[in-house]
Amino acid sequence: MGGNSLLVGSDKPLTRDYRPRPDLFRIACWLASGLTVLLLVFILGEIFTKAWPAIHQFGFGFITGVQWSPNREVFGVLPVLIGTAASSLLALLLALPLGLAIAIFLSEDFLPPSVRQIIRFVIELLAAIPSVVYGLWGIFVVIPLVQTYGAILAEKLGFLPIFHGPVYGNSLLTASLVLALMVLPTITAISRSSLVAVPYTLREGSYALGATRWETILRVILPTAAPGIVASNILAFGRAMGETMAVAMLIGNSQRLSWSLLSPSNTLSALLANQFAEADEIQVSALMYAAALLVVMTLGVNIIGEAVLRRTQRATSGLR
Amino acid sequence: MKSPSTHPQNFFTIGDRKTSPFRLLKNRFLTGLCIILSLLTLVPLLSIVILVVRNGAPLLSTDLFTQLPPAPGLDGGGFGNAIVGTLVMVGISLFFAVPLGILAAIYINEYAPASKMSSTVRFVAKLLTGIPSIICGVFAFAAVVMTRHEFSALAGGVALAILILPTILLTAEQALLGVSYAYREASFGVGATPFQTIWRIVIPEALPAIMTGVMLAVARASGETAPVLFTALFSQNWIHSLKEPTASLSVLIYNFSSLPYAHQISMAWSASLVLVTLVTLTNVFAQVIFRPKHR
Repeated sequence: MGGNSLLVGSDKPLTRDYRPRPDLFRIACWLASGLTVLLLVFILGEIFTKAWPAIHQFGFGFITGVQWSPNREVFGVLPVLIGTAASSLLALLLALPLGLAIAIFLSEDFLPPSVRQIIRFVIELLAAIPSVVYGLWGIFVVIPLVQTYGAILAEKLGFLPIFHGPVYGNSLLTASLVLALMVLPTITAISRSSLVAVPYTLREGSYALGATRWETILRVILPTAAPGIVASNILAFGRAMGETMAVAMLIGNSQRLSWSLLSPSNTLSALLANQFAEADEIQVSALMYAAALLVVMTLGVNIIGEAVLRRTQRATSGLR
Repeated sequence: MKSPSTHPQNFFTIGDRKTSPFRLLKNRFLTGLCIILSLLTLVPLLSIVILVVRNGAPLLSTDLFTQLPPAPGLDGGGFGNAIVGTLVMVGISLFFAVPLGILAAIYINEYAPASKMSSTVRFVAKLLTGIPSIICGVFAFAAVVMTRHEFSALAGGVALAILILPTILLTAEQALLGVSYAYREASFGVGATPFQTIWRIVIPEALPAIMTGVMLAVARASGETAPVLFTALFSQNWIHSLKEPTASLSVLIYNFSSLPYAHQISMAWSASLVLVTLVTLTNVFAQVIFRPKHR
């Protein structure tokens, strides 16, 4: 921004009546900016201070412990951490092919622009549906589906630990299926913009060498856009980890460790959603500890994602 | 419209050399796969929309909007208090987040775009967008509920304010960025102060785009459950003050969805229909307000 000097009033009066006064509006705006920055500090500070009794009492054992029983004041979140990571990764695995296909579909000219516009609109609609409605839909649609087809999976592939029975409707798989749908818009939007950012000259060059459309997509466009696609997945992973309501309604909320995708599990955010209202004393502190872990994890993932995205944008703008 | 370069098939016969049928087949196959996968995602979306309308519509009546929720197992009633509660809490969140977000956006785009403060604010806003919505609830629980020893609409509103602050800030910044720089130069040229320029020239010009951001924030806040779940809790009664537990549509859906009564389940679907309609209308309205003029 070059106009900075213009905005700083000069000391010399411009007209006879004009006397420079302190710009109160500027001060108000500065305060608002300062408050925004302080807010993040305040959020982190508040969560960590309230978590401190638990951090002090349980220390690192909180992260490695496998028991969560508030009655005996034993708190360990290892199964919950694993559940968080597993459900988010599985959701990403399911959403990646679909999201990438839509992103390619929207950035190529398979169909007329009007049809593509409709699909883009539909995807945006998908992003606007409240999480709790996904949860309600999941209870009545996805859970029966998982019960029916999960039983078949467990019967045919039950020798694999991940498909081991018994089959529960409220399971890691159910939560991941719905999560996949919820992170799809993130993956699609960012992947699409990094595909569109690939300079047209690269495409033309590839066509000129005789490549077909898909040879061009797979060997030229996707590799060029790859960092942006990776970034979209990292950011989607962050979203999936923090997603609460749909997961809390579908995952079964069990702290038991299990290999099977068909058995109930839990995530950090679902744990918070289920237990905060009725918690007291040390349990509140333990939940704050869990919240602190969630904040640290999501912030970490997001910072990495943003950094990758920023590097990508610089790299592709350099190609032009 | 269809330029030859986008349809390389036209070029495939150069002299007597032809593209192998295998390559063309692979090309066709991948195109088909891509289209099928894309259309596949329409299935769950259609399923959600159809189910919400089909299960939610039968119960729709004026009672639904004016009555209180029935006790578990009983029929009748409505969720008037939840609609009011949602509106009140979204209102509180706007009261906090709109001035803060817009003023901060003005500072980082108008007063000191290149300063260290501004880049910090941008970075923090980006980080705040990445914070899970439940963390907003956890913070409001720690900062408001634990200090005042009561669940309240105020706590829910604070949690929602933190949720929407980055949305408002970042969209307002984009809106201000969209105002042509020539306007500001012209304003300074006739001797206006920075404040006059911002207040009389830049803000009126950016207002539609800023309003879009605010509407998007409203849509987001009214659909969120996690921030109000254990800050405002829920209530069977009408809201009397901001200092008591308050019902909201989203928490009603969550609570009723786990009850074993058919009537409560259909009320959850009706509440979903109302909520989805509210959110979608706000979103569409937000897009309609803002028609880009200069770009």
